[in-house]
Amino acid sequence: MLIKKKSDIPSSEITPQETYFNRREFMIGAAAAAAIATGARYVGEMASPSQVVHAENKLNVASKSPFSTTEAQTPYNDITNYNNYYEFGTDKYSPAKLAQTLQTRPWTVEVDGLVKKKKTYDIDYFLKTFSIEERIYRLRCVEGWSMVIPWDGFPLSSFLKQVEPASKAKFVKFTTKYDPREMPGQRYGVLDWPYVEGLRLDEAMNPLAILAVGLYGGELPKQDGAPIRLVVPWKYGFKSIKSIVKISLVDKQPPTTWNMAAPNEYGFYSNVNPNVDHPRWSQKKERRIGEFFKRDTLMFNGYGDQVASLYNGMDLKKYF
Amino acid sequence: MKTFYIKCMKIFAFVLCLAPLFMLAWKGFNSALGANPIEVITHSTGKWTLIFLLITLSITPLRQMLRLPWLIRFRRMAGLYAFFYGCLHLMTWVWLDKFFDLHDMWADILKRRFITVGMAALLLMLPLAITSTKGWIGRLGGKRWSTLHKLIYASAALGVIHFYWLVKADIREPVRYGIILGCLLLWRLGAWAIPRLQMTAWLRGFQNADSSPTKVGSE
Repeated sequence: MLIKKKSDIPSSEITPQETYFNRREFMIGAAAAAAIATGARYVGEMASPSQVVHAENKLNVASKSPFSTTEAQTPYNDITNYNNYYEFGTDKYSPAKLAQTLQTRPWTVEVDGLVKKKKTYDIDYFLKTFSIEERIYRLRCVEGWSMVIPWDGFPLSSFLKQVEPASKAKFVKFTTKYDPREMPGQRYGVLDWPYVEGLRLDEAMNPLAILAVGLYGGELPKQDGAPIRLVVPWKYGFKSIKSIVKISLVDKQPPTTWNMAAPNEYGFYSNVNPNVDHPRWSQKKERRIGEFFKRDTLMFNGYGDQVASLYNGMDLKKYF
Repeated sequence: MKTFYIKCMKIFAFVLCLAPLFMLAWKGFNSALGANPIEVITHSTGKWTLIFLLITLSITPLRQMLRLPWLIRFRRMAGLYAFFYGCLHLMTWVWLDKFFDLHDMWADILKRRFITVGMAALLLMLPLAITSTKGWIGRLGGKRWSTLHKLIYASAALGVIHFYWLVKADIREPVRYGIILGCLLLWRLGAWAIPRLQMTAWLRGFQNADSSPTKVGSE
């Protein structure tokens, strides 16, 4: 009985019979092409800095704020085309397209829990009641990029004072709209919907915390959290919950979406902190959108003067 | 004639494989890489590394299932393109992300498991790229060469894990790559195991036939 054993791989299987190109030259050429391409955008931007504002529905912005930074503002185009808004897709380019199905009128915000004035407020109430300020804030995403955004809004504390929290209230819980027909990302359970976020009441009362209704002087684009969103500039971006439909005053620390998804990676506080790494990546540096070199990330995103006292005596490595 | 035909196809394939790079370059020149071009370049080169690894691993199954033996002549090119895009991916990180900060890079490699496995995946490709020449096949001998090149299985697996550990919550895409890789590796397991099982069965039948011959056809 002859069992035919497979011989070594025939050479024709291993090697093409001809060398068709010099591999080394190709590698060098291609690498050069990549380098040139990378540089091109930056050179192009330096030549013609773009600052086109398309804001359609202008807001009546009454005042500027001493809390605003004078740093260069991120172009409108970047703020409205590079969004983390998982309700409209998990990549950053989808929300600009997919968020247009969101119905932002009529819109109401329900206030409940430990509060004197349990009530449902129409979006127009906010626009009529509060004087709109411009707040130019740094925004630091937990992923390691940042922007400078001229928000238009009013202090969260102004609204909270109106609804009169009970003395037992210690935290504020925020909820985003839930409607999978309008928010296609909610059809997939990548996160536990609806999106919820929370602040300690004293954090919420800090003058830096605002409810934003616009940016660059116009109404908020849908992909940026229209018609009303939270902005807490000393915390990672995901704390600044978008398209809010409910605000609850509660006595216990509320569950928050990203914390539920990965408790060891996203804490309840999530203050910007270069000394506490995300378990999978460093938080020491950030890429400011539009800049080539990374810059150092600042403690509390540079808002330490206003907010550091909120955390006196707290171990920020433990309460990350 | 046939050689000429394959030569033409190879030139075509060679240019086609550069398309992802030229797309990136084109978009770069036209400021069409979005708000965070470096992120786009990083993700795109990484994805194409994985895609070319999977293409490389598909060639043997495809040529056997479709009975297209000449497909093998594109395998080296696909493998080298995987290495090429992997190097671009690494360069993006070294240059555009870390700005050649060796200390910082080393710390990341040790501390960040997704970087550890990504680096391992690329390092495993290095000996394969070096020994991809005719000369090296000769020096190593076909059998040893093909054993060495089984490292691509580990490299591709580490590449998928690298991607899986990177994403924040949406694991669908890395899982998709994982499933394809799983199929390609299962096919190999089958191709290795089935003939052996058949051989065992056949040998057993042979022995049985020796001692008590089976009747062929009962009529």
